[in-house]
Amino acid sequence: MRRSDRPLLGPGGLRGGSGDPEGPHHDGRRPRTLLAVLLLVSFIVITLDARNRDDSPVDAMRTAAAAVFGPLETAAATLSRPITSVTGYFGDVRDLRTANERLQGTNDRLRSRLRTGEFARQRSHELDRLLDLGRQRDDRLVAAQVTAMSAGQTFSRTVTIDAGRRDGVRPDMTVLNGDGLVGRVIAASSSSASVLLIIDADSVVGGRVGRSMELGFISGEGDIGERARLRMELVDRAADPGVGDTVVTWGSRNGAPYVAGVPIGSVSRVETSPRELSKTVVLQPYVDFSALDMVGVVVDADRPGRDDVRAGARGGRR
Amino acid sequence: MTVVRALVVTAVVTLAITVQLGVLPAIAIADVVPNLVLVVVIGLALARGPEYGVLVGFAAGLALDLAPPADHVAGRWALAFVVVGYLAGLARRDARASALAAVLVVAAGSFIGTSLFALSGLVLQDGGVTIDGVLHVLPVALVYDVVLTPLVVPLVLALMRRLEPVSVRL
Repeated sequence: MRRSDRPLLGPGGLRGGSGDPEGPHHDGRRPRTLLAVLLLVSFIVITLDARNRDDSPVDAMRTAAAAVFGPLETAAATLSRPITSVTGYFGDVRDLRTANERLQGTNDRLRSRLRTGEFARQRSHELDRLLDLGRQRDDRLVAAQVTAMSAGQTFSRTVTIDAGRRDGVRPDMTVLNGDGLVGRVIAASSSSASVLLIIDADSVVGGRVGRSMELGFISGEGDIGERARLRMELVDRAADPGVGDTVVTWGSRNGAPYVAGVPIGSVSRVETSPRELSKTVVLQPYVDFSALDMVGVVVDADRPGRDDVRAGARGGRR
Repeated sequence: MTVVRALVVTAVVTLAITVQLGVLPAIAIADVVPNLVLVVVIGLALARGPEYGVLVGFAAGLALDLAPPADHVAGRWALAFVVVGYLAGLARRDARASALAAVLVVAAGSFIGTSLFALSGLVLQDGGVTIDGVLHVLPVALVYDVVLTPLVVPLVLALMRRLEPVSVRL
């Protein structure tokens, strides 16, 4: 064994690098050891992260990485915007001023949509008349720009936005834009946040078909752009949604992770199989996920007293 | 010199990750973004050998695993890039002999890297990886990474040559 008498550290390190003229045999052992060690470390990281996804010890490292890469991605997106906007991928925003104007418009449209949408009218009609229009939700939105997007190679559908904890953004907040529901916040650092898009294969949103108010669970298929589709499993098999019906979020008690009444998509196909217990509805999402630009994060959906009014109304009816 | 080199390599990898996540989605083809970080790792491994390839591959992969908007189980890119860095480092002599060989190394590295990442996702049932999706993504990613090669690898090699001490230069 010629290599065994060579010291692992020390002068051998100087000669044993890539520039070593004696060929690959000379430095064969150390790279292999390092390969084994780092493969092992990778497996440990994977195991630690996969074992406990909700409270992973790797999350601290994620936060640190977000603190570094969040601002960098914002800078990169801002610098490259004049070039990338030519391709139309990120939309047609030329500069920050037009972005601002568009955002104002988006905000106004969102508010009016939320207030006068089909679901809002249905709900106020069905639940109680005590909730007058003035008491209807008027969520506070934080505007943000999409700065980074996951690649197809990662098979997940997530984006980074340039708003974070210092803007009031927290995990499990609803993200939407002028067209409808975008997704929910899954992680937030001080100046950026990651958003899981509803077209991600892991995303599940509770929704109802606007006209019949039937409940269902909407999951993504992982496709983006023209092929982007959502699948909705209806709870009630007897429900019969029509093509073109609007589907809105069902919403939960505190608006986390999704506030109620945000449009998701329209029914494009209904699949019935006699063997299956539920009916599958294929939805076309309203949001064009390949051209995401400005989005809003609902930072203040939990309005004090709202649940009390609801509970009181329900109690009084009985 | 080693400290300077480490700093420069850190800056290069950080820049590559930032560009890949923040800029390159604008030129995605069929939803696939060129894997700039992978090509940079291969370039560094070609310049410095398997040991360096493994180290840089791990660091770059882990950073790509953690940088937002990543949502997959951390360590998957690290695992894939460690293997790619090692293999590219082993092939450095052949790859530096001709441009075609360098392109072949990147093609092989792209195939191995993308498949390893997808495979770990399939095994862990993480992040919606499907066989269909993999077959759809693999060829596009390979072609796109090869397209990047003439733009990136010579730059990385030239940079590393400038940073290497003269006595160790090949």
